[in-house]
Amino acid sequence: MKAIKTLVAVAVTLLATAAQADITIGISLPLTGPASGLGIPMNNYIKLWPTEIAGEKLKVIVLDDATDPTKGVSNAKKFVTEDKVDIIMGSAATPVAIAMADTAAESGTPQFMFSPAVLPTGKDHWAFRLPQGTAVMAHAMIEHMKKNGVKTVGFLGYTDAYGESWLTDFKAQSQQLGGPQVVAVERFARADTSVTGQALKLVAANPDAMLIVASGSGAAMPHKGVVERGYKGKIYQTHAAASRDLVRVGGKDVEGAFVTSGPAVIPEQLPASHPSKALAADFVAKYEKAYGAGSRNQFGGHAYDAIVVLEKVLPGALKKAKPGTKEFRAAIRDGVETMGRTVVSHGVLNYTKDNHWGFTTETGVILKVVNGDWKVE
Amino acid sequence: MDFTIASILTLDGVTNGAIYALLALATVLVFAVTRVIFIPQGEFVAYGALTLALLQLGQVPGTVWLLLVMAVVASVLDAVAGLRRGLPAAAVATGALKSLAFPVAVCAVAWWAAPRQLPLLFQSLLTLAIVTPLGPLVYRLAYEKLADATVLVLLIVSVGTHFALTGLGLVFFGAEGFRNPSFWDSRFTAGPLTLTGQTLIIFMVSIALIVALYLFFERTLRGKALRATAVNRLGARLMGISTSGAGQLSFGLAAFMGALSGLLIGPTTTMFYDSGFLIGLKGFVAAIFGALASYPAAALGAVFVGLIESFGSFWASAFKEVIVFTLIIPVLLWRSFQHGHHDEEE
Repeated sequence: MKAIKTLVAVAVTLLATAAQADITIGISLPLTGPASGLGIPMNNYIKLWPTEIAGEKLKVIVLDDATDPTKGVSNAKKFVTEDKVDIIMGSAATPVAIAMADTAAESGTPQFMFSPAVLPTGKDHWAFRLPQGTAVMAHAMIEHMKKNGVKTVGFLGYTDAYGESWLTDFKAQSQQLGGPQVVAVERFARADTSVTGQALKLVAANPDAMLIVASGSGAAMPHKGVVERGYKGKIYQTHAAASRDLVRVGGKDVEGAFVTSGPAVIPEQLPASHPSKALAADFVAKYEKAYGAGSRNQFGGHAYDAIVVLEKVLPGALKKAKPGTKEFRAAIRDGVETMGRTVVSHGVLNYTKDNHWGFTTETGVILKVVNGDWKVE
Repeated sequence: MDFTIASILTLDGVTNGAIYALLALATVLVFAVTRVIFIPQGEFVAYGALTLALLQLGQVPGTVWLLLVMAVVASVLDAVAGLRRGLPAAAVATGALKSLAFPVAVCAVAWWAAPRQLPLLFQSLLTLAIVTPLGPLVYRLAYEKLADATVLVLLIVSVGTHFALTGLGLVFFGAEGFRNPSFWDSRFTAGPLTLTGQTLIIFMVSIALIVALYLFFERTLRGKALRATAVNRLGARLMGISTSGAGQLSFGLAAFMGALSGLLIGPTTTMFYDSGFLIGLKGFVAAIFGALASYPAAALGAVFVGLIESFGSFWASAFKEVIVFTLIIPVLLWRSFQHGHHDEEE
């Protein structure tokens, strides 16, 4: 009897260690709520992830945070205390990702943010952003504006963190690069039914270009609003608007608009010299094979890039410590910080100790809407 | 600000106000008859606009299946209740068939018509036929058993219904927005103003509907029955008016007005599955102007909300929603000073 008990105990211990050897990843995504347009395509690609990396099984847990910071935090707590994850990923919604950062940092778990979340200096020790920061994108946009003789810009953006970070970063980058002046700032919310008031004021200021900061199909209404009020200058949209939905909803009014984007969605048009061409093509091929032609989007690309980073970092971390331990989590964090120049589908990452944004300025691409399709400028 | 800008803003405000007016009237109607503060009013706006959008794409919208499922559940509940009361099985079966006939017919038409891309007007009527019956069904399934509960309980049910309908909206229509084609794609210039055909349609339909509602309440037996229920539920029942029938009718009207607002607003903005909530909430603010009782005050309040919104977005766009929703506080203060304190349970 005693022998059996011992045997059972040994078996249980063995099984437990075997289970612990899996690399556990806890992902919190907005599958419902206002940011579900970002979370759902990411989740689509996460379903296509490999089942193992560097010979270790991946255990992926995806939870819905409903675009709610409170829900995101409780997901993060669950990942840390119950699931004992090695890596936290998410959220795709900026406010949720920011709220989750504290839990990740307290427990010493690396967090891969799927949103360009701004954290106070020193707070992002454990957090790495996978999407391009607004500064990198603003860089590409300002270079394009300078080339096209744009001297003044009118700003029409969301009244949320995304709008705010674009305004701050655009102004800062523009000053640095000697780019255009922001002459008028107006705000709106995604659920608004009209931007007539804002558009009137912006058109009256008569800037050379208009910068619209909004996401997905929500970017079409302000664009149409500005055009309807007779604005004839250039209109720029940000990378959150770089989806088919902008063209689908905006129709002929968004024709000729300039949109910043990561390179992941337009591999066919990238010059052969672009570092991301091959990976972007691979991403698009895999995504469209599973979800149909034309289904590509940049959010799925971030999920693709997460795996590229993990494939580079995990072998080194596995040499240092066992999955499930504190040391392993620290090894992953250090590994990401020191992995050096890494080409992903969305550009070139190069995290350093002081820069957890990663992307270099070779990342941003400016697309032009021509005949309802994208054309690289 | 010069005259040109002021007139453009006024036009914009009154156009949105006309939509809010429809929703405010529906909110007042539902509250007066059933004491339900109908938060999901806005969901019918989104359902109306997005159902049409999916029909335009040639797909069968999810609202069709929702209608079918809700109709089946409601008739099963009716049948069970009928059998419990000891009605003969044949009578119960005919009753169930009767209540199922219209939803099933609508579903069949939608299923047949969706891939055929029929004219816009037909699709709009079909949309109204799909969304309108959802109103009585929501009343039947969520509120009817609680008809005598306190206003607070009914409000909590409304919040739950709102979340359920928004969630279903995400399932049916996806996270991205749609913009419907304009019903009348022409433009008229009057001085600095450009009137689009769609704006004119919004005005005409809103005014026509308000007149029709007036006639309905003043001239028809059913309308008078609704008014009687609003004045005194018990008294109305003693007079042989079915309060449950009145509730279903008022929810039907509310769903119809919501769906119609959705059709009207769909071509002028991008509608998301959750856009309806804020639009409905603005209708609710307008209804507060009428103390949830007066139709003309609610309609005027709606135009006022629209104007404040459009001028607010010109002067201080970052605070637009704050301005609109803060309006409720002075109005409530004024109302409570004017009427003193009421205990709702009295």
